[in-house]
Amino acid sequence: MNPTDIKNPEYFHKVVDCQYACPAHTPVPEYIRLIAAGRYNEAYMINWVSNVFPGVLGRTCDRPCEPACRRGRVEDEPVAICRLKRVAADYKSDVKSLIPGPPQTKNGKKIALVGAGPASLTVARDLAPIGYELDLYDEQFAGGGFMRSQIPSFRLPEEVLNEEVGYIINMGITTHYNHYVSSLDELLKKDYDAVFVGSGAPKGKDLPDLEGRNDNVNNIHIGINWLANVAFGHINKIGKKVLVIGGGNTAMDCCRTSRRLGGEDVRVVVRSPFNEMKASPWEIEDAQHEDIPFYNCHSPLRFVTENGVLKGMEFEVVEAQYQNGKRSLVPTGQKVLMEADDIILAIGQENSFPWIERTIGIEFDKWDLPKVNEKTFQSTNPKVFFGGDAAFGPKNVITAVAHGHEAALSIDLYCSGKNVDERPAPHTNLYLQKMGIHEWAYDNQTSDDDRFKVPHADKSKTLKDRKLEVELGFDDQLAFKEAQRCLNCDVQTVFTESKCIECDACVDICPTTCITFTTNGEETELRSRLNAPAPLLSQDLYVSDILPTLRVMVKDENLCLHCGLCSERCPTNAWDMQKYLYNTAKACQL
Amino acid sequence: MTYARPSFRNPDIPKNRIGRSRREYEGTISTLCAGCGHDSISGAIVQACFEMGIEPHHLAKLSGIGCSSKTPAYFVGKSHGFNSVHGRMPSVATGAVMANKNLIYIGVSGDGDTASIGMGQFVHAIRRNLNILYIVMNNGCYGLTKGQDSATADEGSINKSGVENQFQGIDLCGLGLELGATLVARSFSGDKTQLIPLIKAGLKHPGFALLDVISPCVTFNNNAGSTKSYDYMREHMEATSAIDLVPFKEEILHQQETGTTKYIPLHDDSIIKVNKLAADWNPLNKLSATNKLADSKSKGEILTGLIYVDDQSKDLHAILNTTNTPLNQLVQSQLTPSKEVLVKINAGYR
Repeated sequence: MNPTDIKNPEYFHKVVDCQYACPAHTPVPEYIRLIAAGRYNEAYMINWVSNVFPGVLGRTCDRPCEPACRRGRVEDEPVAICRLKRVAADYKSDVKSLIPGPPQTKNGKKIALVGAGPASLTVARDLAPIGYELDLYDEQFAGGGFMRSQIPSFRLPEEVLNEEVGYIINMGITTHYNHYVSSLDELLKKDYDAVFVGSGAPKGKDLPDLEGRNDNVNNIHIGINWLANVAFGHINKIGKKVLVIGGGNTAMDCCRTSRRLGGEDVRVVVRSPFNEMKASPWEIEDAQHEDIPFYNCHSPLRFVTENGVLKGMEFEVVEAQYQNGKRSLVPTGQKVLMEADDIILAIGQENSFPWIERTIGIEFDKWDLPKVNEKTFQSTNPKVFFGGDAAFGPKNVITAVAHGHEAALSIDLYCSGKNVDERPAPHTNLYLQKMGIHEWAYDNQTSDDDRFKVPHADKSKTLKDRKLEVELGFDDQLAFKEAQRCLNCDVQTVFTESKCIECDACVDICPTTCITFTTNGEETELRSRLNAPAPLLSQDLYVSDILPTLRVMVKDENLCLHCGLCSERCPTNAWDMQKYLYNTAKACQL
Repeated sequence: MTYARPSFRNPDIPKNRIGRSRREYEGTISTLCAGCGHDSISGAIVQACFEMGIEPHHLAKLSGIGCSSKTPAYFVGKSHGFNSVHGRMPSVATGAVMANKNLIYIGVSGDGDTASIGMGQFVHAIRRNLNILYIVMNNGCYGLTKGQDSATADEGSINKSGVENQFQGIDLCGLGLELGATLVARSFSGDKTQLIPLIKAGLKHPGFALLDVISPCVTFNNNAGSTKSYDYMREHMEATSAIDLVPFKEEILHQQETGTTKYIPLHDDSIIKVNKLAADWNPLNKLSATNKLADSKSKGEILTGLIYVDDQSKDLHAILNTTNTPLNQLVQSQLTPSKEVLVKINAGYR
């Protein structure tokens, strides 16, 4: 193998598994250390710079970081990264002074943002401090988009959302609330320098052709619309028997909300088997905790109505069969009737662009979705950019934020007359950590604790009040202990061949047997003769240049605990622990 | 801000044949200087015991005084151990071996503990062919007292303060051969592929196995001009052979010996497979081994690998024809002769 190029900013970035997995590449270990140190304001600001909505995401994020967490590979459970983020938001003091305001002089460029969800707000956050004038359009009365309409208050209190939306709006954004943009063509004619479309995936899927669908309109609901109506106070009760159809996170929110609006016998009915449901495991767990049963492998057959009154739904039991890795749900012939006063359909949502004319230079693909560049988020009309769910279909808040940052960067490049394809490099830095003998600038002791559970409010109270937050969050003591579980993967093991005397001290001390000195070879073959098996191909091998004995140092990054013992036992400092800070390039460097 | 080994280990490393993980063969964290060759030897012992599937409680570690003699704390923590007086480990080992022949013994010593203060003890342990693996962690200096030249420092070797050694160094392997050690080998702490099989062979060998391991002292004897530095060893090492210890059950005896491959069966269940790198050398012939050693020395090379093995070795217990039951397990009724036997014995003196 060729020697590893640690100057490539992506190499060490990839070692920080959580940060690498985060769509917005939040420097996770950096803020976790600050939480452990009780420096909540700084921890919050590191988050705010990267992911804009720490309080919201600390409660509702899909947490792609956690399955990636190295801790989950050396023991059972990853660090509770998401809930630690919330700790920073909960315990910070007033951070307003740390948040940039609009500059005295504007740069003369004007941008329209369609939809006030996380993608548009991120674009606004990145462009306002550098002098852009921003017009934000949304059909609702306030900003937040689906964070406001779809995430129930018992998971995300309104104050938290209002606070974080407010930080951005107060940067001098001109809001046009209660304003549905019905024509992009008209908007483009209004002398904007660029338009950003962050209008989400607003169309909830229905079962229009299912028998009985049109016999009752009042008690059959579309999940996302129903949640929005609850959030905005238009709906405040539901029947005693409720069927929620679907197995995603929207279904979990629908069933749990139903329990709070009077639903007593609330069931989730899903076509797929239990372990293939799309909802996040922790959301399923929370629903089960609220006594909601799951009926899996039930495929809807028909709505049962009598004289226009909904009576229930008939299902056919299916069986999942697998062939060549493909799943098919085969009917068993068994039919099941379930009674219901209300049925909520939470079976997916789609993009919908009836307001974009097909004549203004924006090309649409065969699924009638706009063609958007995956890196620059520019559409085929160079003035129009997309992001969030509007770009590539429904994802999640953190993905929308990541899109927003990239789109803002593109808009800034475009408005400065530069090539949007030429992306600036990320900002990186390596900091020495050695302070003395056995003394490091980071806490290198590895905690043996298992993952701590976030305390919940009592069920008897939360089920009576739909606005009462269920999760209480970690207190500072629990937060400290959970933060200590972090392995500090951003403190990198940096190897300098010219200093190495090949004494083997690092090999002997490494608790997880990551390091091998051996002759070089091709990767697959080299992996087969390391001191410990290296089966995880997604984890790189760190390979040195040829050493005096004609061998190379090979380190399998997979299970490195970043404990620093290799460096501690190295007589020549050929191994050194250095903190790697990686920040994606943004339009506005904060 | 701590110096402790995390408790997590690599879950992908399989357990050994007796179902134990490698972690069960570790000791406490070393307090020797970072980069000390001794730590590598400890690591090699851990790996050898793990791979052989030795029950930790079947192992006894004995040592004297010195940096080297601290190391038994750093390997196979759940075994027996005795940290004796300076240079007196062979006596304690003799007692232990006599008392319980069922344990596997590792004696760990340094060049000071063996070649200076303990020389008188060392030679007699060899002469008696004690069943022990005797490892000398040889760095040519007294590291614990700031690096004075030791008795194994080579003539002309320059120490850290720039002074050239005027005296001849003791060649422990040459001495071992002369005194009749039944397995003699030399290795280098920086070469585990050679060291681990030698440790295994030494642990299996029925008799006194002398393993002289050149183990650079990073703090006091790793400078230019030293003949026991990492660099000097790498430049001047000459290996007799590449050896491997093969469990007997793998049935490789039927394989044909070639000019360069030799199989030496041990008494129990295993054999040493020797891939000869040096011509004109026969590990079973003491004269050949002595000549090879002298030959390398005259060329300024350091001969490593297996140097000599006596495949007919009879250890102390075999020489004394002791009972199969370890002496420490014989109870009073077995030890005290009956009246009839006593009468018979007394009659013999009349």
